[in-house]
Amino acid sequence: MRLNVPISVAGWGRFFTRWDVIAILLVLGLLVFLAEASRHLLQPLSELQLRPVSLDPANLPEYAARTTLRMLIAMALSLLFTFTYATLAAKNKQAERLLVPLLDILQSVPILGFISITIVFFMALAPGRVLGAEFAAIFAIFTSQAWNMAFSFYQSLRTVPTELAEASRNFRLSPWMSFWRVDVPFAMPQLIWNMMMSMSGSWFFVVASEAISVGNTTITLPGVGSYIALAIEQKNLAAVGYAIATMLIVILIYDQILFRPLVAWADRFRFEQELGMLPPESWVLNVLRRSRLVDRLTQPFASLLRRLLIARWSHSIEPLKREARTQHGWITFQWAAIVTVLAAVALWQVARFITQDITMSDVATVLLLGLATLSRIVVLIALATVIWVPIGVWVGTRPHVANLVQPIAQFLAAFPANLLFPIAVSGIVAFKLNPNIWLSPLMILGTQWYILFNIVAGASAIPAELRAAGVNFRVRGWLWWRRIALPAVLPFYVTGAITASGGSWNASIVAEVASWGNERFEAQGLGAYIAQKTEAGDFHHIVLGIAVMSLFVVLINRTFWRPLYLYAERKFRLG
Amino acid sequence: MSTALLDIHALRQTFPKADGGDLLVLDGVELELNHGQIVGLLGRTGSGKSTLLRLIAGLARPSDGTITYLGQPVVAPAPGIAMVFQGFALFPWLTVLENVQLGLEALGLPEVEIRKRALAGIDLIGLDGYESAYPRELSGGMRQRVGFARALVVHPNILLMDEPFSALDVLTAETLRTDFLELWSDGKLPIKGVILVTHNIEEAVLMCDRILLFSSNPGRIIREIAVDLKQPRNRLDPQFRDLVEKIYVAMTARTAAPPRIGTVATSIDTILPRVSANLLSGLLETLAAEPYNGKADLPVIAELLHMEADDLFPVSDALQMLHLAEIEGGDIKLTETGKQFVDAATDDRKKIFQRQLLSDVPLAAHIRRVLQERANHVAPKSRFFDELEDHMSTDDAEATLRSVTAWGRYAEAFAYDDDSQTFSLENPT
Repeated sequence: MRLNVPISVAGWGRFFTRWDVIAILLVLGLLVFLAEASRHLLQPLSELQLRPVSLDPANLPEYAARTTLRMLIAMALSLLFTFTYATLAAKNKQAERLLVPLLDILQSVPILGFISITIVFFMALAPGRVLGAEFAAIFAIFTSQAWNMAFSFYQSLRTVPTELAEASRNFRLSPWMSFWRVDVPFAMPQLIWNMMMSMSGSWFFVVASEAISVGNTTITLPGVGSYIALAIEQKNLAAVGYAIATMLIVILIYDQILFRPLVAWADRFRFEQELGMLPPESWVLNVLRRSRLVDRLTQPFASLLRRLLIARWSHSIEPLKREARTQHGWITFQWAAIVTVLAAVALWQVARFITQDITMSDVATVLLLGLATLSRIVVLIALATVIWVPIGVWVGTRPHVANLVQPIAQFLAAFPANLLFPIAVSGIVAFKLNPNIWLSPLMILGTQWYILFNIVAGASAIPAELRAAGVNFRVRGWLWWRRIALPAVLPFYVTGAITASGGSWNASIVAEVASWGNERFEAQGLGAYIAQKTEAGDFHHIVLGIAVMSLFVVLINRTFWRPLYLYAERKFRLG
Repeated sequence: MSTALLDIHALRQTFPKADGGDLLVLDGVELELNHGQIVGLLGRTGSGKSTLLRLIAGLARPSDGTITYLGQPVVAPAPGIAMVFQGFALFPWLTVLENVQLGLEALGLPEVEIRKRALAGIDLIGLDGYESAYPRELSGGMRQRVGFARALVVHPNILLMDEPFSALDVLTAETLRTDFLELWSDGKLPIKGVILVTHNIEEAVLMCDRILLFSSNPGRIIREIAVDLKQPRNRLDPQFRDLVEKIYVAMTARTAAPPRIGTVATSIDTILPRVSANLLSGLLETLAAEPYNGKADLPVIAELLHMEADDLFPVSDALQMLHLAEIEGGDIKLTETGKQFVDAATDDRKKIFQRQLLSDVPLAAHIRRVLQERANHVAPKSRFFDELEDHMSTDDAEATLRSVTAWGRYAEAFAYDDDSQTFSLENPT
């Protein structure tokens, strides 16, 4: 199973189209709209009177449950979004032109940056109530989960084998029925894998969204995230340790009782069986499958579900249109009109916003800060490459080691950078280090693992015959790396590095500002800029920061990663 | 009102080309399917026979002409027309029983009825005991039985078969054919007529009451052959052999070859068959050796090399195009040049091949000329690709360019570098 790369990287077709422009405008317009709305709503809000978070470890099970519940609700919303948005994009050619670039831009927007905006917006919907804050946190988690799931589903829908699609039409399955009997099952394995990735990735955002200060408003929702925030504020090292342990346990639990059964169950949906791979096993699923009680309890439910899934909502099958060159004029016109109006409104919002409060020097400063963060990311990715590629290849060519390392790497990818603040800050204090350099590693802390486990996957996918040929011709040392190992893992490396660099931009918002109690260090960079403006409740400059960061991500994806990705896929993809 | 199950009149199908023009795929197709008949659509790759089947299934609409099923125009997948697919098209996440039930569920039948009919279908087609198996647990033959059962349980009037046996090994395919024919002859199948798409000549003669021969690019019906042999038919029956031979002759006849593909490359827009130089010399050597001594019957060669007509025709086409062999009356015969080629050593073979390639394949000569005219003797692939795309579909252009590249490399007529996607006259030294 492979990671998705952003659409603009894997993209077919042209490098930049007018639909990209419209997508950028719409996303920017939405951000500005939310920021404007939130700015006016910010004042009347006072600090939420919630039950204060306490560092007593006895509270942790409850906090963990609350945090997990938020993540699961967000996951349900992400699935809903996936099934609707991606389906529309895949089935409707008109919609596809806009929705796909839009998803790409949304994928590039740093989530940590706009958490502040959305939190204030949601709180304003339910002022003074916990519900608003809960919504906001769930929304933030949703935004960290939904995009890659939607993209994976969209790609699956586009690759449903022609014969299967034809068979479902030949047997006159209704669209509703063929969605549940054909499309969803076909997409399921890839989708579940993306759900797992999303779940890991969203820990980072849970920590950020449960405890956040925007201007004078401080929101603290009981949960593991706010527990960590408090632990850092109070310099309580033991509490940080408890939090880490709790996270580990929670991850283990949902892995065992949710994802493993899902993966094992979804194995039947695999269209092509990879040879020599054992089917995934899950003890939970085995228990469920073998238990008579469970069988009897779920029977009526299963029957109902079955009937719902095969329900025929309409009895007629739409007649086909003749293969026509000209599109249906009226619908095209309506659609074009809607898009034009939306784009115009967005343009107006953005323009008004820019002229209001943003000066050229602001823009220049932000661009420079962006370059600073960029240079950090480049150096860090290069370092991570030098370290993890050899290790990954070593691990990947030894199956028993790979089986041990893969889950560990996946856990580490879920690890929020905040938890290492104590070490970073004490280190900087103790050795009087330059925070501009020594805060940087925090950025790549969670994201470097994507490089590692992709390399491991790539190295273990080198065909045994190729390796045997290498041994047979006594290809060793540097020649072995140059001619066999590195080319074979390159496509995998590129995919991992793209994910790592995208994630690092996001992480910079947390990682460029580190605090431990009263001690606080900042690095010069775009991430720190966004973090500062968030604390100050300065929405105009938050949006500027986010926009510039998204711009950097999109540009780097298209000018650097895309050619590299296409080259690696064309030349070095095995099989 | 006619009694035909299916009536196709003046059917035409075009697909848009890259340059905005239309690519004609099917032209002037007339077809009638009557009760109790199996009609075979026989043609080479690119003859549009699978496209025709999909039009009948209502999976697409023709550009022009009409398809009438029981007096009603087909504008969407019609109830009563079911299909069996080449690649089985089974849903891997459904069991055998669930796969078979799928079409019945879509009909909105009550659950008891669905179960009853599905089990009856499974029983009929010999799948008893496999109800709860998943497709991946079954062999190819068993999978296609599920495909048949799934199509039959909806009680279609017309069964469409898209090369249903071509993905199976020889023995399994034969068993399935005989089983099907037996059920059909005994009247045990709930169907009234069958349309079978195939490129296997013997299969068509074995199964069909009428065979329609299609030409390629565009697909037109060039011949209709009635098969009056009694079922069950015997492949060794002289009448059977005669019919097979007759169809071979018809399918390789020069008059049957439309101007733009096949035996003579008239201009650069000829679609070139995808055949490697190794395969060409292999067939030439076989022909030259005992017992053929330069001349052989095509069906005999096909059987000897275990090649189906569809695999053999591209090779014989290429040989004829390069004037290394000639095809007449279902026979293939070495030319003088062909004999020289077989007798020559590797380097001389390449020289002969180069001479033939540059004189008989205009596209190769064209590429060579362009390269010679350019000062640096280098030209991008896209230059030729765009040119070809004006005359053929993108896939055909890609395939044709691949063929000419492979032949050009073997003949050392020009070189191609895939990294830079350029043709050149330089070979690495």
